Amino acid sequence: MTTADVAAVDPAGTEVLGAAPVPPVIDLRALTRSFPGDPPVVALRPTDLVLQEGDYLSIVGPSGSGKSTLLNLLGLLDRPTGGEYFLDGEPSHTVNERRRTALRAGRIGFVFQAFHLLPHRTVLENVMLATIYAGVPRAERYGRAVAALERVHLEHRLTFRPTTLSGGERQRVAVARAVVTNPRLLLADEPTGNLDSTTSGEVLDLFDELHADGLTLAVITHDDDVAARAQRSVRITDGLLEVLR
Amino acid sequence: MSRLSVRDLAVEASHGIGARPGRLFLTILGTVLGIAALVVTMGMAQTGAGQIARQFDAVGATQAVARAGEAQTMGGETRARTTLPWDSPDRVTRLAGVEAAALLADVDVAGARISAVPIVDPTAVAGVPPAVVATSPELLAGVRATLATGRMFDGGHDARSDRVVVLGSGAAERLAINRVDSQPSIFIGEDAYTVIGILDDTARRKDLLDAVILPLGTARTDFGLAAPGELQMRIAVGAGEVVAEQVPIALSPNTPENVEVQAPPTGGELQRNIRGDINIVFIALGGVALVVGGLGIANVTLLSVMERVGEIGLRRALGATRGQVATQFIVESVVVGLLGGLIGAALGVFVVVGVSVAQEWTPIIDMPLAIGSALLGGVIGLVAGAYPAVKAASLEPVAALRGGL
Ligand SMILES: Nc1ncnc2c1ncn2[C@@H]1O[C@H](COP(=O)(O)OP(=O)(O)OP(=O)(O)O)[C@@H](O)[C@H]1O
Ligand SMILES: [Mg+2]
Repeated sequence: MTTADVAAVDPAGTEVLGAAPVPPVIDLRALTRSFPGDPPVVALRPTDLVLQEGDYLSIVGPSGSGKSTLLNLLGLLDRPTGGEYFLDGEPSHTVNERRRTALRAGRIGFVFQAFHLLPHRTVLENVMLATIYAGVPRAERYGRAVAALERVHLEHRLTFRPTTLSGGERQRVAVARAVVTNPRLLLADEPTGNLDSTTSGEVLDLFDELHADGLTLAVITHDDDVAARAQRSVRITDGLLEVLR
Repeated sequence: MSRLSVRDLAVEASHGIGARPGRLFLTILGTVLGIAALVVTMGMAQTGAGQIARQFDAVGATQAVARAGEAQTMGGETRARTTLPWDSPDRVTRLAGVEAAALLADVDVAGARISAVPIVDPTAVAGVPPAVVATSPELLAGVRATLATGRMFDGGHDARSDRVVVLGSGAAERLAINRVDSQPSIFIGEDAYTVIGILDDTARRKDLLDAVILPLGTARTDFGLAAPGELQMRIAVGAGEVVAEQVPIALSPNTPENVEVQAPPTGGELQRNIRGDINIVFIALGGVALVVGGLGIANVTLLSVMERVGEIGLRRALGATRGQVATQFIVESVVVGLLGGLIGAALGVFVVVGVSVAQEWTPIIDMPLAIGSALLGGVIGLVAGAYPAVKAASLEPVAALRGGL
């Protein structure tokens, strides 16, 4: 890749002669995922997509169209069957399992529809769990977890168990857990799928705040209101990705 | 790449275990019972062995005595029915099972004064004089005695009726003799006897420690000793019955019924063997309980892995490696096993102490053995946790995340 190519992809890039170019956070080139079977299921057809730092992408599409498949690939939870995926310029499709795990721990934060909070641990412990695997020094863990919970406006719930929280609060804990390690990319698979419109609003406001702080987000949603908040949007239909904006 | 610290692992594992206390109890039950059975078996064996040793000391089990039988006369007096031959020690040591033998006889010195000085000291307090005992030269071996100093008289002294004596330690003290290199003498009546040795201790016939001991030949010559009194024998372990049967024949071939032998029963051996059998049964039962306990831990850990698929997926998504996931489950099952081992060992010790107190025995438990048993629980946990841990580690993150939390 030459400097000229990067400039073409990134015209707004602050280009200074000789300075290292900033690679996009996500750069997909003909990324493909098919599941073996008879006939094989092509869950994601060859897809090209570039997400710059600070982009907020919504992914919409009918059920079974391949949205989660794409997000799992983006989150390095799954391996593509074809194509290339550069994460922060690093060819993630070629690196070994250890490196992928390390990238997951350090660069990516996940928010799931079902929250995935450990029910027997406190809110604070749930958030600190992410710092353990990301290799955050023990002395910093507490402070960072509290800061993350302050960011999602839950500093008054530190010692609560997730089971005693409302759905919106639980999802905000999950968001705090996702951002406590300062990831480059936040991935959310239907984060408001289990929430009513009020609590959905809380979580989406939070995403807006994180976006405003410069975090890169990719959010799967069924909800058009949710999709409307993102400045970029793609639709997947039957494994085929179409850029809306 | 960060490695999970021991402390992080311990915290994560303890939460995994502590989440379901009721199940934890059932999980460790098998291990607790197995370890407890092992500790009780081994503890009771040790306690029992200690008890047997106490009731029936080693000397008692390997010492026999032969005496001439006694008969009641018409006048109500007891009279010996026969006399032991002077060569009794030679006769019995030829028998299998008899390792050493010595003849002993009490000597009647007809009230003769026994002292360290030839002149009568009228101011001296007249105490009870030490007894005078005549023995064959094999005394030391026959009664398991040891010398403090000097030497024992030998066959030559005996044959020549030499005036030599060996003093018991108590008698030597009373006679104020503590060394023999200057060839001190004692006086029995008017006659001087050279002290050639001092007894230190003896296992049998403790009365020898307060006696003046002289050769049988000397006693026969000087005091007219008519017959030996008893034959002390050191025998092999378990030879009691054979000795009781054969010694009378060896000593009195024509009238063996006139010789009485006291020999230890051979029962001790049998008892120990039965105990050994019981131990094997109990250890086998304990082993079975441990296998069942291990399977229990394996089963519950596997169940726990299945239930916590979502948690495993989450941890993988948060950046946990396969190794970290496997290690967590291994540590959980090791801790569970260790917990079972500790409780089991404590329970076992408790039972051993309880039974011992009830029986008024002294409980004996090897501390390394109890600690080792507790650690064995951890080993069982390690083995039991291996398969579930591999199972947990092999889960694909995507698949695992589909299982809810
Ligand atoms: N492990 C798998 N094996 C075979 N086929 C699979 C597997 N996972 C997903 N698929 C198929 O891939 C297609 C896309 O699935 P995906 O989960 O990405 O859909 P989705 O867009 O997230 O749907 P929803 O909105 O319902 O969550 C589906 O047809 C699904 O059956
Ligand atoms: Mg989906």
